[in-house]
Amino acid sequence: MRVLLVDDEKELVSTLAERLAIRSIDSDWVTDGEDALKLVETHCYDVAVLDIRLPGISGLDLQKKMKLKCPDLKFIFMTGHGSLGDFQAGATEAGTDYYLVKPVGIDELIEKMNNLMSA
Amino acid sequence: MSLINRIKPKFWDYRDMASVPYRATCQFRRLWYGVILLTSAVALFPLIFLAVIDYKATQHDIESEILLRTSRLVSNTRRTISYFLEERKSALDFVVHDNSFEKCANPDRLDGILSNLKNAFGGFKDIGLIGPLGLQRFYVGPYNLKGKDYSDQEWYQQVVERGEYISDVFLGFRHVPHLIIAIKYTSESGSYCVLRATLNTEQFNDILSHLEMAGQGDAFVINHQGILQTPSRFHGKVFQKISLPIPEYAHRTRVFEWETADGVPLIIGYRYISDTPFILMVTKQKTELMKPWYNTRKELIGFLIISVMFILLVIFGGTTYLVNRIYMADQRLIMTLHNVEYSNKMASIGRLAAGVAHEINNPLAVINEKAGLIKDLLTIKKEYEKNDALAGSIEVIISSVERCGRVTKRLLGFARHMDVSIQSIRLDEMVQEVLEFLHKEAEYRAIAISLHFSDEIPRIETDAGKLQQILLNIINNAFAAMEKGGRLDITAEMAGQEMVSITISDDGCGIAEANLKQVFEPFFSTKTVEGGTGLGLSITYGLVRELGGSIDVKSKVNKGTDFTIVLPLTIGEKEKMDT
Repeated sequence: MRVLLVDDEKELVSTLAERLAIRSIDSDWVTDGEDALKLVETHCYDVAVLDIRLPGISGLDLQKKMKLKCPDLKFIFMTGHGSLGDFQAGATEAGTDYYLVKPVGIDELIEKMNNLMSA
Repeated sequence: MSLINRIKPKFWDYRDMASVPYRATCQFRRLWYGVILLTSAVALFPLIFLAVIDYKATQHDIESEILLRTSRLVSNTRRTISYFLEERKSALDFVVHDNSFEKCANPDRLDGILSNLKNAFGGFKDIGLIGPLGLQRFYVGPYNLKGKDYSDQEWYQQVVERGEYISDVFLGFRHVPHLIIAIKYTSESGSYCVLRATLNTEQFNDILSHLEMAGQGDAFVINHQGILQTPSRFHGKVFQKISLPIPEYAHRTRVFEWETADGVPLIIGYRYISDTPFILMVTKQKTELMKPWYNTRKELIGFLIISVMFILLVIFGGTTYLVNRIYMADQRLIMTLHNVEYSNKMASIGRLAAGVAHEINNPLAVINEKAGLIKDLLTIKKEYEKNDALAGSIEVIISSVERCGRVTKRLLGFARHMDVSIQSIRLDEMVQEVLEFLHKEAEYRAIAISLHFSDEIPRIETDAGKLQQILLNIINNAFAAMEKGGRLDITAEMAGQEMVSITISDDGCGIAEANLKQVFEPFFSTKTVEGGTGLGLSITYGLVRELGGSIDVKSKVNKGTDFTIVLPLTIGEKEKMDT
C-alpha cells in the first residue's frame, strides 16, 4: 500500500510518514497541492490523505484533479476545521467515515486505510 | 384585589428597566394618564361648561318670568280693587252732590238712596249724614245711630281735612268685618256735611278669592300696620297680623323674594293702593312655581351624567385598548431585537469556537504525531525498553492530546450545529453533547445526572442548533435551581406516532404557582437583581415553537421542576421555511 500525505503542516506529514514507515507502510508527503499533483503523475498511490485547507487550493478541488489523473486513487480527508460546509462536502466525497478531524490517532488512520483498500 | 388585578391592563406595572437603570418609570401608565386626562378635558369641558351656562340662563329666565307674572297679577288686582273702591266712592260722591243736605235730611229719601245703592252695587249696609259738628244727623240702617257724635273720631277729622276717607276693615259692634267710606260735601255757602256709608267686605273679599293663581298663591290685603284686612289662605285670619314683613312704601308694584321661618321661599308682590290704608299682597311659593323647571332640570342633569359617564367609558376603554396595543407592539419589538441579538450572539460564539478549534487542532495534531513517533521509536529501540518513566510520559502526552482533541471536536460539533439547517440527529447524542459542556460544573456541584432514553426513539429531523440551545437553556436553568448534590433526570420517550417528548426534571427550588403561568413571558424574571433578563425561557419557548413543538412546565416549590418538550420527529414544511 502506497500512501500520499498532503498537508501544509510539514512537521505533521513528515512525522506521520515516518510513523507509517515504522509500520511498514510506504508513504510520500508534500505540503502543497501542486507538488501533490506532480507526484501523482509520476507515481502510483493507493490512498491519498488530504487536508481540506491547503495553500492555494482546497482539498476538495485537489481531490477532483487527482481523481482525473489517477481514477483508482482512494481518499481520506483530515482537517482541523469543522465547519458544516466542509463537513458536508468532505463527507459526500469520501463518506462520513473518511472525514477525520485532527488530531487523529495513527491506529485509527491505518484502520481507515485498510478499510478503504479492502472495500 | 384580585378583581383589580384581573382588569388591570398588562402595561400598568411595566417598568422599562433596560433603558434607564435605577430610574425606571411606568412610561405606559404615564401615557395612559396623559391621554385620559387630555381627551377627558377636551371632551367634557365644553359639554359641562355649556350645560352650566344653559342651566344658569334658563334658571334666570324662569325666575324673571315668575317675577314678571307676579308683578302683572298684582297690578291687575290692584286696578280691580282700586276700581271697586273708586266706584263706590264716586257713587257716594254723586249722591252727595245730587242730593243737597236738605234732601238727604229726609229719611225717606235717604232710605231710597241706600236701597238704590244696595241694588246697584250691593254691600252697602247703612248710610248716614253727619253735620259740620260731627253729629250724625240722619241715619238709615240696621242700628239706631242717629245723633251719634263723631267729632272726636280720627276718621271724621281726616274726612273734614281731606274731603274723603276710606277706613281700615274693622268689626265694630256689628261683629261683621266692614269698612267705612266717607265723603265731605261743601255747599256753595261754605257749610259742609259728611256722607258716611258702611260696606261689608264680602264683595271685596270675593275679588281676591276668585283670583286664579298657580304655585300655592295667596292674595290678600293688609293695612299699613300689617293687619290682615281680607282672609288669607296661608298667612292668618282677618285682623291678625301677618307673618310676613310689611313691605316698604313704593309708588309702583314691587316683587321681592322672602324666605319664611320654615325655610319656604316665597315670591311676594305688593302694591300700596293710593288714597286707602290698604296694601295688596300676593304671595306664591317659589318651589311650586319652579316645579316644572325642576323636573326638566332633573332630566337634563340625568342626561348630562349619563353622557359624561358614556364619554368617560369610551375614553377609558379606547385609551386602555390603544395603549395596550402600543405596549404589546413595543414588547414584540424588544422581543424581536433580543431574539436577533441572541441568535447573533450564538452565531458569533459558534464561529469563534470553530476558529479556535481549528487553530488549536493543527498544532495538536503535530504534538500527537511527534509524541506518537517518540513512542514508536521507544518501542523499536530496545535500549529504552526499561525506561518506564519516559514511556509513561509519552503516554500521558498522547492521552492529554486526545483530551484536548475531544474538547475541540465538541466545540466544532457545537459550532457546526449553530449553522442554521435541518439535520437528522440522534436525540441521546444531542443531549450528551450538550451535557459535555456542563459536566464539569455538574462534577463540582455533585449533581447526579441520569438519562433515560427509550430505545424506540428514531433519529429525528430537526434544526439541531435550535434544539441544542433549547436543551442548553433548560438544563442551565435546572442547574441554577439546584443546590449542591442535586439530581437531574432527562427522560425521552415517544409521545404518539409522530412526536417525541423530552422531560428534564430537577429537584431544585421550584417555581411558585403564581409565577408558573408567566415563566414563558418575555422579561418575566425573579432574578432581575442577579442580572437575569427574563428572556431565557421566553427565547426557549420561541425556539420550541419554531421547531413545531410545544413546551410545558410543572413545578412544586422546594420539590423541583419538570420541563417537558414535545417535538415532531420531522420538522414541518412551515417550520422549515421559518428556519
